[in-house]
Amino acid sequence: MRDAAVALLKEWIFRRLDGNTRDWLANQAVRVAAEQGNVALHVAFGLVPRRLGKGMLDLTPDEEQAADRCIEGWKPGTWSLVDAGRILLLAGLPEKDPDFAPRFRTLCQTADLAESISLYRGLPLYPVPESLEPQVGEGLRTNMRSVFDAIAHHNPYPMRHFDAHRWNHMVLKALFVGSPLAPIEGLDARANEELARIMRDFAHERWAAGRQVPHEIWRCVGPFATGEALDDLDRVLATGSPLERKAAAMALAASPDPGAKERLNRLPDLAQDIASGRLSWATLA
Amino acid sequence: MFIDPHAHMISRTTDDYEAMAASGVVAVIEPAFWLGQPRTNVGSYLDYLSSIVGFERFRASQFGIRHYCTIGLNSKEANNEELAEGVMELIPRFALKEGVVAIGEIGYDEQTALEDKYFRLQLELAKELDLPVMIHTPHRDKKNGTSRSMDVCIEHGVDPGKVVVDHNNEETVREVLDRGFWAGFSIYPSTKMGNVRMVEILRKYGAERVIVDSACDWGISEVLAVAKTAQLAIQTGIPADQVRLACYQNALDVYGQSGQMKEEDWLNPQAIDQRALYEGNSILRGGREPVVGSTKDRRSMDDLIIE
Repeated sequence: MRDAAVALLKEWIFRRLDGNTRDWLANQAVRVAAEQGNVALHVAFGLVPRRLGKGMLDLTPDEEQAADRCIEGWKPGTWSLVDAGRILLLAGLPEKDPDFAPRFRTLCQTADLAESISLYRGLPLYPVPESLEPQVGEGLRTNMRSVFDAIAHHNPYPMRHFDAHRWNHMVLKALFVGSPLAPIEGLDARANEELARIMRDFAHERWAAGRQVPHEIWRCVGPFATGEALDDLDRVLATGSPLERKAAAMALAASPDPGAKERLNRLPDLAQDIASGRLSWATLA
Repeated sequence: MFIDPHAHMISRTTDDYEAMAASGVVAVIEPAFWLGQPRTNVGSYLDYLSSIVGFERFRASQFGIRHYCTIGLNSKEANNEELAEGVMELIPRFALKEGVVAIGEIGYDEQTALEDKYFRLQLELAKELDLPVMIHTPHRDKKNGTSRSMDVCIEHGVDPGKVVVDHNNEETVREVLDRGFWAGFSIYPSTKMGNVRMVEILRKYGAERVIVDSACDWGISEVLAVAKTAQLAIQTGIPADQVRLACYQNALDVYGQSGQMKEEDWLNPQAIDQRALYEGNSILRGGREPVVGSTKDRRSMDDLIIE
């Protein structure tokens, strides 16, 4: 699976580069794979933008589908050429490489802003992925939203490798830094009761402060919306913006509580839109 | 539009960034420097360099300001040989990062043998990496230290057209310009250069290869120095095109030789940069009318409500 993904990435990049640049990148990959230490790796990382320029990877719809077929949730559609080139250098390293995690960590520690983004976007393609988890946790502690998004968005790594605690705190932090939840891969699959509780507490805090509650939090609450959680949804339906009311209706539709169904029946227009698929989390994103 | 090509933003507040942006600053260059007290180990230098290529760059972007930096071992810390050796190993790792426009600020402080050694080593590195150089001239024995800095550049075959000699004054400017180097002036209260004097220098020497900066840092310094100097110069009859050279274009020309700094970066940023560097800034700042002084004084008690 990883081998196939690396082959795809290589094919896409090579299709977009001239012969000289292709040769240069292929040579760098060989040097990086052969070296003891990190000098060639650091130099290559620094030189990639100077060689590959500032363009985007600009995948075709077919290429994007191929990516998702290869690794579920892998969506490199927003990558730059530079992201792709850097990631190829790392993804080409051997499967059981015990040095990979320390090398990755060293790169992260001295990365510039764009390098940090490239490093974390490449997570689904690296060898020994489980060994990178602590460093990815470190990456999530960033104050730079674009770096946070490189981990959290269009990236299957978190849903595959994070435990519930790390996952929940990533989703929560996304709300805090103003990052949308919809691009988080596995958001519904990894929904859990603890996250629903955290989200409800967060909503109560926001209400107490007289601040906006992001509508997407109800997506995490819906599957566990029973008892008092329904009171929260009542409040949103009564006082929320049209967007928030739609989100609350979506949460009711996902709830296992019979009380949720009764409430939804009192909102025939929204219920119908949900049933027909005209209203979904995707349309609310 | 202004560029402040010497600003230690890591020591400044968000209020300062707001004020700079409001005054018309579109880009800043942050030279690697001393922290106000000596570092005790190479690890803190590594973290510092990674801050100025990472978080500080992002922080500036939140105010619509493009942030660049220079990488180097400063003259004061060149005297700690153990630290200096460690830093010299780090510099090549950072010098090729995105937005690094020069090796600097390097040069002399007390003009010791160790300062001389590491100054020369870094000039060689700048040549090897084909990067411009930013030279810090010493506060004490300035005239001699400035001449000597240029002598050493020439001795190492560094092109004066790629070297900014900074912190000039009335005593040093003529030699710097005559020898083909770029002359930086730090408009820094009490210790370096005042803006009334600066305007006189523009009047006397013109603006060719003259660069105005603030050198703002952890000391009593002025983040609006470039805008205030520009305004004063215009008011006292210096032609606008000369002011533009000294407060914007010259810095872009000399540091642009790094290939890491282009006008498009702030006038028309590319998608890849928009993603990382203009978060929360849908309005790009190019071509804004500069105003000195923020529209709202953030330090005034009149503005009582904090939301």
